Amino acid sequence: MSTVDWKNYTPVLLPDIKDLHKIDVYTKNGGYKALKSVLTDKKKWEGPKAVIDEVKSANIRGRGGAGFNAGLKWSFMPPADGGPRYLACNGDESEPGTFKDRKIFEYNPHVFIEGALIAAYAMEITTIYVYIRGEYKTYIDMMEKAVSDAYDKGFIGKNILGSDYSVDFYVHSGAGAYICGEETSMLESLEGKRGYPRVKPPFPAQKGLWGRPTTINNIETLSHVTGVINKGAEWFSSIGAKNHPGPVLYGISGHVNNPGVYELPSGVPVLDLIEIAGGMRNGKKLKAVIPGGSSTPILRADQLDGITMDSDSLRTVGSMLGTAGIVVMDEDTDIVDVLWRIAHFYHHESCGQCTPCREGTGWLEKILLKIKNGDGEVRDLDLLLDLTTQMEGRTICALADAAAWPVRFTINRFRDEFEARCKKKAHAVA
Amino acid sequence: MAYEFTKEDLQEIEKIKAKYPEVMPATLPALWVAQRRFGHVEPEVQRLVAQTLGLPEAHVHGVANFYTQYYKEKKGKYVLDVCTCLSCQLCGGYDILHHLEDKLGIKAGETTKDGTFTLNQVECLGACGYAPMLQVTNDKYVNHLTKEKADELVEKLKNGEELEYEQIKMPQHKNI
Repeated sequence: MSTVDWKNYTPVLLPDIKDLHKIDVYTKNGGYKALKSVLTDKKKWEGPKAVIDEVKSANIRGRGGAGFNAGLKWSFMPPADGGPRYLACNGDESEPGTFKDRKIFEYNPHVFIEGALIAAYAMEITTIYVYIRGEYKTYIDMMEKAVSDAYDKGFIGKNILGSDYSVDFYVHSGAGAYICGEETSMLESLEGKRGYPRVKPPFPAQKGLWGRPTTINNIETLSHVTGVINKGAEWFSSIGAKNHPGPVLYGISGHVNNPGVYELPSGVPVLDLIEIAGGMRNGKKLKAVIPGGSSTPILRADQLDGITMDSDSLRTVGSMLGTAGIVVMDEDTDIVDVLWRIAHFYHHESCGQCTPCREGTGWLEKILLKIKNGDGEVRDLDLLLDLTTQMEGRTICALADAAAWPVRFTINRFRDEFEARCKKKAHAVA
Repeated sequence: MAYEFTKEDLQEIEKIKAKYPEVMPATLPALWVAQRRFGHVEPEVQRLVAQTLGLPEAHVHGVANFYTQYYKEKKGKYVLDVCTCLSCQLCGGYDILHHLEDKLGIKAGETTKDGTFTLNQVECLGACGYAPMLQVTNDKYVNHLTKEKADELVEKLKNGEELEYEQIKMPQHKNI
C-alpha cells in the first residue's frame, strides 16, 4: 500500500489566508464561483441531478462520524412535489475529542455556506437550517454575520445570481444536549421539542422536518462540496486514502505538545499525526489513542504500527475513523479513570427514551466507579461486558452503542489494568 | 415576581417565529431570549414563554428541562462551567475544578453566598485541543487554563471586566 503524501499537502478547507471569514476576502479568493457555476453554467451542469452525480462520484464520506457517501445520501431524496424540502446542517459537534467544525465557522464560514447552497440546489431544497450547539455562542454569532453578508451580496435569497433558484438560510442554536447531534434528534430539537431520536424508517429523506423530505449533513462534509464543484470529483477522490478520500480536519487533543485542528489528507498514519502535533508531551511514551471521538474503540500503542486514519485501516485493528478527533494518552494515564469518565458522559447524555440505554449507561458508570474506587471484583468486569451486549443494537439510536463500545474494547484491550484495580480476592465463604 | 418581555424582546421573538413554518420551533430560541433577559428560566419565566408563543406550559417546561444550558433556577452573576470530560480530564480539568472550589469556597453545583459565582462541572464543550478550559455563563471560552489563569479570571470577573474572545490559531497557519 502506498503511503499518503501529507508532507506536500496545502490546506484547501482552512487555507492560510488572512480574514478569509470576511465575504469580500472569500470572493476575492474565488469564493462563490462554484455556486455560480452550478446555477448558471448550463453546459457544464445540465441540472441538479448532474451536481448530485458529481458529488456522489467524489465519494465524500460523511465527516460527522458515520462515513456515508454524501452524494448517495442526497440521491435518496424523493422527486420534488412542489412542497417544502429541507437541508439541516449538523453543527452540533459534541462527541468528546471533536472540535473541528468550529474552525470552519471561525475561519472559513463561506466555504460551508457555499457548499450548503450547492447541496440545497442539487436536491431542489428551498430552506436551509444550520443547527449549532448552544455552547458555541461565539460561532453562532459569527455564522449569523456570515449568513447575513451572503444575503446582502445576493448569494442567498430570491433568484440567486440571476437564476430562477431561491433559497433561505437560517441559523438555529441548540441549548446543551449531546444527543442532538444524532440526526433525527436534531430534527426534533429544530422543531422545538426535547431531543428524542426518532424511529427509522421512515428516514429523514422521506419524512424529516415537519414530515417533509429532509437531508442532514455534517458541516465539514458540506464544506467539501465547494471544492468538489470547483475542482472536480476526481481531484477530491485522488486525495488521501482510496476508499475514504479527501481532506480531513483532524482534531488532536490530549498528551501532545501542539494539540489543535490540522487539515491533512485522509489516511495519514496515526503515529505521524502525533509527530505532526509536536510529539508526546514531556517526552513521555505513548500508551493509547482514541482515534475518532470517545465512542470509537481505543487502540493500544502496540496496535498502531502502520495504521492510517481511514476506515479500512482502522477496521483491521478493530476501530473506526468516527469524527477524526484523536485523543492521545501517555504512559501515566489511568485507563480505569478514563473509561469511567467516558461512561459518565454517556450516562449524562442518554435522553432516557429507551430502557437499555437509560438504565444501561447508569449501570456502566456505577460499576466502573466501584472499580475505580478499588471496591470492584474481577467478576464485575464480566458483568460490564455482559451489560454491553444487552445495550448494543437494542435502542432507537446509536447512543447506547456509543456508550457500550468504549467499555467493551477498553476492558478487552487493558484487562490487566482493570483486574489490578479490582480486589485481589473475593471473601471466602464462612 | 411577575416577568415581562420588553417590546424589543417581543419584536425579536416575532422575527424568530418568521424563520419557521410553525410556532413550536421558536421554543428554544424564545427560551434563549428569556434567559438573556432574566438571567434564568425559572418556571414563572417558562410560563411567560409559553403564553407569549401560545404553546402549552407543559411543552415549554419539558423543553427547558431537557437542555442543560437553560438555568431552571437563579444562578450566580457569573457561571463557570468547567469541562472535565475526556481530553480536559487528561489535561488537568479536575485540578482546575478543585482549585476553583477551594478558591471560591463552594462545591461544584453551588453558588457563592454573595451571588457572584456559580461553579459547575460540565460535559465536553468542544475545545478538546485547548484543554483544560471553561465557559463563562454560556458565552466566552477560557482556554489553556492553569491555576494562575483561573485566579486571574476570577479577579477580572469580580472587577466587572469584559472577557475577550480568545482566538486560537490553527497550527498550520502562518499568515493569520
